[in-house]
Amino acid sequence: MSFAGTYCVIMDPECSKLLPALCAVLADPRQPVADDTCLEKLLDWFKTVTEAGSSVLLLQENPCLVELLFQVLKPQDLSSGVLSFSLRLAGILAAQENCFQYLQQGELLRGLFGESGPLGRAAWTAPTVRSGWIQGLRSLAQHPSALHFLVGCGALGTIFSLQGDPSLFVASAAGQLLAHVLALCMRGQAEEHPGPQASDWPTCAQQIVDHVEESLRSADSPQVTQALNVLSTTFGHCHSPWTQALWVRLSPLVACLLEKDPVPAAHSLVDLLLSAARSPVLSADCGLWETLAQTLSHLSCTQAGPLALGVLKLQACPQTLRAQAFGVLLQPLACVLEAAAQAPGLPGLPAGTTGDSVVVDTLLSSKSACVGLLCQTLAHVELLQPMPQRPSPWPQAPLLGAAVAVLRFCNGSAAPTSDVGGRLCVILVGCVRVQRAALDFLGTLAQGLGPQELVTQVLAVLLEYLKSPDSSPTVLKKAFQAALRWLRSSPKPSGCCDMDPHSQQFLRELLPVLQKRLCSPCWEVRDSGLEFLTQLTRRWGGQAGFRHTLLASEVPELAEQLLRDPESYVRASAVNAMGQLSSQGLRATSASPEYPGGQQKSLLLDLLHILSADSEGFPRRAVMQVFTEWLRDGHAEVAEDPEQFVARVLQVASQDLDWEVRAQGLELALVFLAQTLGQPASYCPCTMAPPEVAPPGRLAQALQALCRVRLFEFAFRALFDCDRPVAQKSCDLLLFLRARAAPCGNPQDAGSSPNVASAEAALQRWRAGQQGQPQEDLEPEAVMAVLRSVDLEGLRGALAESSDHVEKSPRSLLQDMLATVGTLVENEADCY
Amino acid sequence: MKLYCLSGHPTLPCNVLKFKSTTIMLDCGLDMTSTLNFLPLPLVQSPRLSNLPGWSLKDGNVFLDKTELIDLSTVDVILISNYHCMMALPYVTEHTGFTGTVYATEPTVQIGRLLMEELVNFIERVPKAQSASLWKNKDIQRLLPSPLKDAVDVSTWRRCYTMQEVNSALSKIQLVGYSQKIELFGAVQVTPLSSGYALGSSNWIIQSHYEKVSYVSGSSLLTTHPQPMDQASLKNSDVLVLTGLTQIPTANPDGMVGEFCSNLALTVRNGGNVLVPCYPSGVIYDLLECLYQYIDSAGLSSIPFYFISPVANSSLEFSQIFAEWLCHNKQTKVYLPEPPFPHAELIQTNKLKHYPSIHGDFSNDFRQPCVVFTGHPSLRFGDVVHFMELWGKSSLNTVIFTEPDFSYLEALAPYQPLAMKCIYCPIDTRLNFIQVSKLLKEVQPLHVVCPEQYTQPPPAQSHRTDLMIDCQPPPVSYRRAEVLTLPFKRRYEKIEIMPELADSLVPMEIKPGISLATVSAVLHTKDNKHVLQPPPRPAQPTGGKKRKRASDDIPDCKVLKPLLSGSIPVEQFVQTLEKHGFSDIKVEDTTKGHIVLLQEAETLIQIEEDSTHIICDNDEVLRVRLRDLVLRFLQKF
Repeated sequence: MSFAGTYCVIMDPECSKLLPALCAVLADPRQPVADDTCLEKLLDWFKTVTEAGSSVLLLQENPCLVELLFQVLKPQDLSSGVLSFSLRLAGILAAQENCFQYLQQGELLRGLFGESGPLGRAAWTAPTVRSGWIQGLRSLAQHPSALHFLVGCGALGTIFSLQGDPSLFVASAAGQLLAHVLALCMRGQAEEHPGPQASDWPTCAQQIVDHVEESLRSADSPQVTQALNVLSTTFGHCHSPWTQALWVRLSPLVACLLEKDPVPAAHSLVDLLLSAARSPVLSADCGLWETLAQTLSHLSCTQAGPLALGVLKLQACPQTLRAQAFGVLLQPLACVLEAAAQAPGLPGLPAGTTGDSVVVDTLLSSKSACVGLLCQTLAHVELLQPMPQRPSPWPQAPLLGAAVAVLRFCNGSAAPTSDVGGRLCVILVGCVRVQRAALDFLGTLAQGLGPQELVTQVLAVLLEYLKSPDSSPTVLKKAFQAALRWLRSSPKPSGCCDMDPHSQQFLRELLPVLQKRLCSPCWEVRDSGLEFLTQLTRRWGGQAGFRHTLLASEVPELAEQLLRDPESYVRASAVNAMGQLSSQGLRATSASPEYPGGQQKSLLLDLLHILSADSEGFPRRAVMQVFTEWLRDGHAEVAEDPEQFVARVLQVASQDLDWEVRAQGLELALVFLAQTLGQPASYCPCTMAPPEVAPPGRLAQALQALCRVRLFEFAFRALFDCDRPVAQKSCDLLLFLRARAAPCGNPQDAGSSPNVASAEAALQRWRAGQQGQPQEDLEPEAVMAVLRSVDLEGLRGALAESSDHVEKSPRSLLQDMLATVGTLVENEADCY
Repeated sequence: MKLYCLSGHPTLPCNVLKFKSTTIMLDCGLDMTSTLNFLPLPLVQSPRLSNLPGWSLKDGNVFLDKTELIDLSTVDVILISNYHCMMALPYVTEHTGFTGTVYATEPTVQIGRLLMEELVNFIERVPKAQSASLWKNKDIQRLLPSPLKDAVDVSTWRRCYTMQEVNSALSKIQLVGYSQKIELFGAVQVTPLSSGYALGSSNWIIQSHYEKVSYVSGSSLLTTHPQPMDQASLKNSDVLVLTGLTQIPTANPDGMVGEFCSNLALTVRNGGNVLVPCYPSGVIYDLLECLYQYIDSAGLSSIPFYFISPVANSSLEFSQIFAEWLCHNKQTKVYLPEPPFPHAELIQTNKLKHYPSIHGDFSNDFRQPCVVFTGHPSLRFGDVVHFMELWGKSSLNTVIFTEPDFSYLEALAPYQPLAMKCIYCPIDTRLNFIQVSKLLKEVQPLHVVCPEQYTQPPPAQSHRTDLMIDCQPPPVSYRRAEVLTLPFKRRYEKIEIMPELADSLVPMEIKPGISLATVSAVLHTKDNKHVLQPPPRPAQPTGGKKRKRASDDIPDCKVLKPLLSGSIPVEQFVQTLEKHGFSDIKVEDTTKGHIVLLQEAETLIQIEEDSTHIICDNDEVLRVRLRDLVLRFLQKF
């Protein structure tokens, strides 16, 4: 059991003491509970308590709880919140059979859940009371006694009617309760594998199934939906053999639904069929596949899409059904392809997939229908693409063709000859939603290849979108992402690691576009342009072809100018881009007009300036990330004098008000630490593998270096940082260091040094939250002594707890609730 | 109701509407594309231009698109919708016998004057040594090289007007405000509405008591500087004349502004200059506003912006004083100590400088790289000619076309070969076809009339059926020199009844809520207002000569047959017939009513909703008897 769990389960005496007062408050209609969330927390607590121990014991030790429940029986104006709470509490308590009997002794449960309870009173109009009633029963229905009780008090009829409750929460909970009760009824029968004969089934189950059957026969669509939802829940949660009997019994009724036009409750029907198909019990032959096939052909294309996707995701299912589902799924795209095609015929699509005229009609019926169907289809196929169970052979080429066709319809560059094409063009032109969906889809398709001719078309259409002034910023971002994925997937020419000639050509055309985009007045565009540049450089920065093309353009220079962009996100992206360009030696070499001397200004100084002066957090965080990366990769400018670099960065970062900057500073410190100790920085302090201890001579040198860059001051101060992640990181860093340095140095030696005292004093000050700098530099010995004296493990444990662990205790909850009531009463008194 | 279409240019319309007894000219735009057939007029002697071989023609070079479809002196009023659509005004009002009034809003007039002034100035400051017009002769024109030989109606091309003519034409304008109702001869009322396109731009409503014609020309739904478009007032129109949609329906203005800024920044960063050929008012305000927000982010703060036009100063200042014509956002700035347009700040901080021409101060201040806004967008005259000559040879420089009125390739033709970069970013904020279809759905006019260009996709993109007006019933299209009979008939006219005559009427209720009365009166019509007056009293019985003459004046009043109303309940009618001795009566139902058959008398009585026929053979006595029985069921008055 978890630490938190044990903490809660014990009903500590303090809580027991507070409970009677609280119950009295709750039972008093004159003292309304202001905050419903307190009641929810209270229920959570009772649930944990009852799950861990005996409920009867709990009631016996705290009779006030039963008293509270009896209070509810009295006809008085209790608030609906308290009423609902009591019903749910009673349910939680009665979940244990002996406690159920205990409560039943006083006819308490019948009073609460029977007709004489809230059910018959005015309070029933409040949805929260109805919801409490259902949830109470849901908790209570765990054992045969409960089942008898349910039947006995006539609750089933109420649950049936609550399925149509105006509150959706209540209605859905009622459906779930029915499924739960049905499963409970059948639990005893599970072993015997009952047949479909009604006589074999317990009465209660019989009643429920009859009700479901009746609902399925109803002409009223909401009622059909309710029945389907109950069945979906049942097949989804219960995989006992009897569910197969249930399916055999009900599937003819489900099949009947398909004969109606339009098919009622199609959405719920799809849910039911999929949950039945996923059930391991039903996968044997019981007409399910036939029903699925029928449904696929009867539903409208918009409704059939999710079903088709669901079928294709199934682990085991007949090949013919899969083929049919895939055909249904691809139909809208087939229509688009057909409409865009100059010549008839759709090579490459699975046999039988054609642009169905019904689908065409749907596409052309209205803009919203067309957009909805296309976006849905694109999203579905996109989901399917990376799955292992996706259909094989995968029609990569037609899908690429369809994506390109959709994108061309959307930007008006398609010149369809067919009438359908012309009308699609009118509907889709300029539609941003479809553009975004199609670009995402196109990006996903980059995982597979296609014929070169199509890939050329893909790159061409991407370039059109990137060039077009009409592309919205979000569309542009997606186009950049898709372009990156296609560049990544391009085949590498054998024998060298450079880009293939097509990609190179694409890049040559792309860079002028990128150049223009970096000058866009719209900051989102500049930002996505920079992100693209960063990714591009990270991937191909080392390749001659790319380097040559990039350096011939003005892109690096423009990126550098964007370090001074007015928008902070853009500055942050510019920092990342420049960090990457500089790492790869790709900064513009030509003298810019601003520095006619030809002397290139140091990027390091630029970034340090941003770190110390930028008013926004994002650019400063980006700078810290770049610096960390530079240090790790041995960037030329850093490698000149790493100590000086780290010292300066840590000095600036320690002053930063943004905790993420300080945390990133610790990351950088860790990299430096590892480098100085000559060890990989990949050490994770959490794993308890014995660290590799540094040889003493080297360690002493390293510690000197760490002191010189004032790393310890930074880390010690961070240890008491008011932001927990910073303190945690610092703790990890110091633990790492101590593990490395532990065997060397002698505590006794160090303890006498005067510097230790001053270091400890400084530590005290930091702990107390004072930010004064220690006057003297810390000495390595003093540091090690302090390190050994601080209980870092304890600190780490304390930091690991969430900051509100004290406030979350049940005692605190009870006190809070009593306190608020107290103030309410006081306020009331003040009024008089 | 007729519409005479004098211009084939959809964004520079000129139509004449004959409505009731008025002749109303709707706009008089000047199609200047014919200037593209001429060589540029250089401010500084250009050896290149003057040494071009062959057909070096010098001629007065403006160009009027008119036909003799209508006598301009009969035009009663001219309604101007925006300053671009009034450039032909002097041609219409001067030397044509025009005696009417021109209506326009104040900003339209003021900025229109600036545009005309600039045009006249551009032409007049480069006087030509000689002029030729013989070539306009069809036989000679045929021999000229293409495209001149294919130019249509060259005989209608005119010289540019003079400042005197401009002043005279503008003096005929009467200023109006939005929603102001102007009575024209009592016959119709015209009202300008904000159209959202330019400062003071308007759509017009022309209505009588029972008919409403809306004239929509150059409207915009984008949020730029002018007051937003008033759509609600266009509702319930019988006819909506729709002109002045965007000329570049595929270019979205926002995207184009982005292109403009990016290209500008790229050029200037490389040390190149940017030339923006433009009109001195309109989109330039929005461009300057965009640049104001953009230059700091693009690191262009040190780059000078020059605005060169004879009317640059007035244009920049005028824009700041027309507060009531601006969008809400800018209007509120008037109450703050800051000017509505940020170009004032650009001027204060010396980032934007304006000059009347390249001569004088400009040559002292001129610093490169820079951005120059100057006219004319046709590149045929104005200071832009000089900059094209100056910067054309360097590929560092860029010319960015933002005005959509001229084909940029044709505009550039005389400057070829050209090294400078050319960017086409047409910014046209007028309605696009999606907005039009929304507007029409909202406004629901009975009929839409528009130039034929709007009823088919653009020729270059014949598959883009989204780029045309799609409405039900389909729009009525017009082309140049066509006369349309507008597709609706005037059916009602409002007539006033004098109180004493009204007093004497005794209405009778025909069916619940509807009462009728007969009236005998004299219809008096004056200034398109109709009044029913009581008829003169009949002559007094005591007759003298004088009186007798008075009684002659009384119009002949025939004794009127009473009017009948009501319906005949068939069953009761049959009962009545039986009571009066008819027997053997048979009733048949027909689609329109009933037939009552008197078999013995061989007589038919056809009873329909609006007529009753008694058909019997030559038995007049029977007919009259039956008629009287029928009349019993009807009311008379």
